[in-house]
Amino acid sequence: MGHNSVRVFFVGGVTSFRALFNWLSPWIYIPSLLVAPIFQILLFAYIGRAAHVESDEFYVIGNAFQYTAIPCIFAMSSTIEGERWMQTLSSILVSPARRVPLFLGRALPVLVNGALTCVFSLVVGGAILGIHVPARAFAPLVLVVLVTAASCTGLGLLLAGIGFLVRETATLNNIAFGVLLVFCGVNVRLSNLPGEMETMAKGMPLTHGIEAARQLADGASLGHVGGLVLAEAAIGAIYATVGYAFIRVLEHQSRVHATLERA
Amino acid sequence: MRIIRLIAVGLAFHVKSLTLSIFFLLTSVFMPLLVATVAYYMFKAGGKPGTLFYASLGASVYGIWSSTLFGSGGAIQWQRWQGTLEVLVSAPAPFVLVVLPLTLATSAIGVYSLVSTLLWGRLVFGIPFTIEHSLAFVVAVPATILGLGLLGLLFASTFVLYRHANALSNMLEWPVLLVTGMLVPLSLLPGWSHPIAWVLAPTWGVRAIREAALGGTPWPDVGITVALGAAYLALGVVCLRYFESAARKRATLSLT
Repeated sequence: MGHNSVRVFFVGGVTSFRALFNWLSPWIYIPSLLVAPIFQILLFAYIGRAAHVESDEFYVIGNAFQYTAIPCIFAMSSTIEGERWMQTLSSILVSPARRVPLFLGRALPVLVNGALTCVFSLVVGGAILGIHVPARAFAPLVLVVLVTAASCTGLGLLLAGIGFLVRETATLNNIAFGVLLVFCGVNVRLSNLPGEMETMAKGMPLTHGIEAARQLADGASLGHVGGLVLAEAAIGAIYATVGYAFIRVLEHQSRVHATLERA
Repeated sequence: MRIIRLIAVGLAFHVKSLTLSIFFLLTSVFMPLLVATVAYYMFKAGGKPGTLFYASLGASVYGIWSSTLFGSGGAIQWQRWQGTLEVLVSAPAPFVLVVLPLTLATSAIGVYSLVSTLLWGRLVFGIPFTIEHSLAFVVAVPATILGLGLLGLLFASTFVLYRHANALSNMLEWPVLLVTGMLVPLSLLPGWSHPIAWVLAPTWGVRAIREAALGGTPWPDVGITVALGAAYLALGVVCLRYFESAARKRATLSLT
């Protein structure tokens, strides 16, 4: 990767994040990414108490990780939809910049932001509900958070590609968020879901990351959950690869059919 | 008579308009179904299948709340984005009568959620649907919609000065769902949260619907829901007048 590609990757990514992602305004960031996940944790923890099922720790970890999907999915889809909204999409796609650093550079700040949201939710949600996690699990947990955020960003890249085809990306993102909430073992153990749902969940981001985090919090070592972490990383990589390929194909199609600004 | 006509025409217009919005239908139907699904599985896993209808009714009121919240959050913002807010404010009709039909429409759309959530529970999870007091149920549903719609008016009025109302409405979704006892009995929540629940119409609306469906005394809850709605209307009128005036003075009405 040449000097220019490195510059596009880092500078372009940060600039895009700052320009498109107006959640960075504290008036939007704090309610959307810091307060809302805490209440999601509390809501499902109390439903769990009412239903007499699982521990508070189960819901803190499940929902803190699942909320990573909000910044990762919404920010990545903004790379297409936001640029189109600002009428800068064609200027970017006509540039000679290499596409890998162009698009993956935009994913990096998204991934970091998703991870920060998750860590904040784990710490604050855990403190409110009084859960205890062994200190030696902190570093492995951060690793799992980063891998899971990367995996969700991969899904976001795929949804960004779909942004070439559909206008209502906010609707699409909300659907994705809801599906992850139901399928990925966030609030219901996979073994308590119908078999088909359990099978589908194993091909989605979050599922393995959440399971790994729960085992770490219960005292397992990183080596013990290594398979789950690798599975989460592999699923994220597959989504990111498919998403990137999808973006390239649809970028080409939109040039051929002059539909870049149409959706 | 002109006021009634204005509200009726506005209500019909906004219900039609919102029904054509994929985003709004998703908010009012799809998300409550997902939350209901999670709640069903949780209660089933806890070995309490008898509480599924209880959860189903709560999830359906959550749908009304969700569409009201997004609607009231967007009521002012959408007009800003479309450049019609100044036109509406300067119209001869009082601004409150322009906003009220929109917030009522957003809660009325919640009927889609009520029906779809109850049907989802019946068809997919086999949850029996039996109503103990049919008349009270038929009254409790529109009373809840009215109470929530007027709560939406109060929210919308305060959002005139707040440019990021959508973010605030996103933040309020889960806390109100939690504190009003839609899916969690109030007795499980900390005592300090109870006074907050008491001043929120969804608390009494969901109680009225549950008491009517499961058997109990729904009428006091219906009365409190409507009374709270009247209080929200009075507060909303005052707030809307004040914030509208402030926005004009600061020239911030159309700032996005």
